[in-house]
Amino acid sequence: MVAGGAAVREGSNVLAALVREEGTRVLATLVRVTGDIDLAQDAVQDAVLRALETWPRDGVPDNPRAWLLVTAKRRAIDVIRRETRRSGKEAAAVMFTDPGMEPSEVVQDDLLRLVFTCCHPCLALEAQVALALRTLGGLSTAEVARGLMVPEATMAKRLTRAKQKIAQARIPYRVPAAEELPGRLAGVAATVYLIFNEGYAAGAGADLVRGALTTEAVRLARLLAELMPDEPTVLGLLALLLLQNARRDARVDDEGRALLLKEQDRTRWDGPAIKEGVELVGRALRRTPDRPDAYVVQAAIAACHALAPTYAETGWDAVVSWYDVLLSIQDNPVVRLNRAAAVAERDGPEAGLALIEAIGDLESYPWWHATRAELLRGAGRTEECRAAYERALALGMSRPQADHLRRRMAELPSR
Amino acid sequence: MPQYAALTYTRDVDWSNPEFGQEMKDYTEFGEAAASVIRGGAALYPTATATTVRVTGGKGGDIVTSDGPYAETKEALTGFYLLEAADLDEAVKLAAQIPAAWDGAVEVRPVIEF
Repeated sequence: MVAGGAAVREGSNVLAALVREEGTRVLATLVRVTGDIDLAQDAVQDAVLRALETWPRDGVPDNPRAWLLVTAKRRAIDVIRRETRRSGKEAAAVMFTDPGMEPSEVVQDDLLRLVFTCCHPCLALEAQVALALRTLGGLSTAEVARGLMVPEATMAKRLTRAKQKIAQARIPYRVPAAEELPGRLAGVAATVYLIFNEGYAAGAGADLVRGALTTEAVRLARLLAELMPDEPTVLGLLALLLLQNARRDARVDDEGRALLLKEQDRTRWDGPAIKEGVELVGRALRRTPDRPDAYVVQAAIAACHALAPTYAETGWDAVVSWYDVLLSIQDNPVVRLNRAAAVAERDGPEAGLALIEAIGDLESYPWWHATRAELLRGAGRTEECRAAYERALALGMSRPQADHLRRRMAELPSR
Repeated sequence: MPQYAALTYTRDVDWSNPEFGQEMKDYTEFGEAAASVIRGGAALYPTATATTVRVTGGKGGDIVTSDGPYAETKEALTGFYLLEAADLDEAVKLAAQIPAAWDGAVEVRPVIEF
């Protein structure tokens, strides 16, 4: 017995988490062995159900992963035998592979293969996101559908189509070669970050399933960091997600209204998550001192905020410098906008406004107007400020964010 | 070895016209470089020469033809290669060497093995 009856007594949550964690690894191995994601998924699901049925009664086996793999393999062989159109060779191939005692490096590699296959650039981004949640995250199709606000039938079709493309167009089950790795890794990180933002945008308390996507993204990023502990992109991604997620509970007030960074109660930030995030930033920076990865730099900016005891004590010099670094690797109008806001905090609203107005490309971006409004407010240019708030609202944003702007607008002195 | 069709979508012009000599040289270059994996292919005359054929009312019905291509698009299907590749990554790498990839686009489609 590993954790023996104790794990079972601790409640079904611990068991479910263990089964889920190991289930993903077993799935990755079985996809390689069978070459068929659908078959592997069905077989693993079957094994997981059996585990949840028998383990609470008989205790957790000494090697839960091996148990799951053997059970899933048997199931896969049964299915292959039953399907006459498959050759007997395939069943034999599955049978003759080592019955469940895969060395841990092989299991790690299988997981990496699964990661890179689910996030292959020849799949549409929405398909990548769905596949990552379904196969790597182990969510059910219904959960993925709810999380991404898509009807379940549509999601089922999307997943089927993606798996079909992998099989028919032969998207390889392989870790990319070293020279391709940075580009492919950027794709994987973008997928995980998108999942995080889906959950973050939903906001705390709004929809629990959607909100849980942030936790799911952190879990995926953690998995990537475990698999590729030397890749700065992965360390930076995990750091960024941890640091942003640390502010989750403080982002809204008791009535569910969105709060700005400067309005948040910092005692409600998640201390351990911040500590871990900051350490990861350091580790990632030491690996690439010359040209840091964009995720690492964004995490460094988040770390500056996370470490400031109060908003007024934020190290704006450091924040602005990090934005300068970010611009040197990723120059886009949104980064310029955020940098302008930091400059305004350091040098005053007029300095920030000059930078914002020089950007130009963001007329249709509500946050350009909203940021401008905040700086005009600070500069005492009330009428222009009101107009900017109105422009931002007219362009549309989420409900809590719009409520927030209206509240800010109502505080302006009347004309 | 799996096969992929690489469909080239380019300007809808007559590629046999001598004014496209340089482009044709590029295609010849690709043809030579990839000779070992090219299993077939053809260049097509422009869509102005196309006839679209349909049979109405099911099998054995009337033959109806219309002048022009099946789909009217800015960039037209002007040729294809049948390529051998181990997987999609390899097929994409090959397709990226076809001149149409920078002069239009190449659609890569897996071939059904019966």
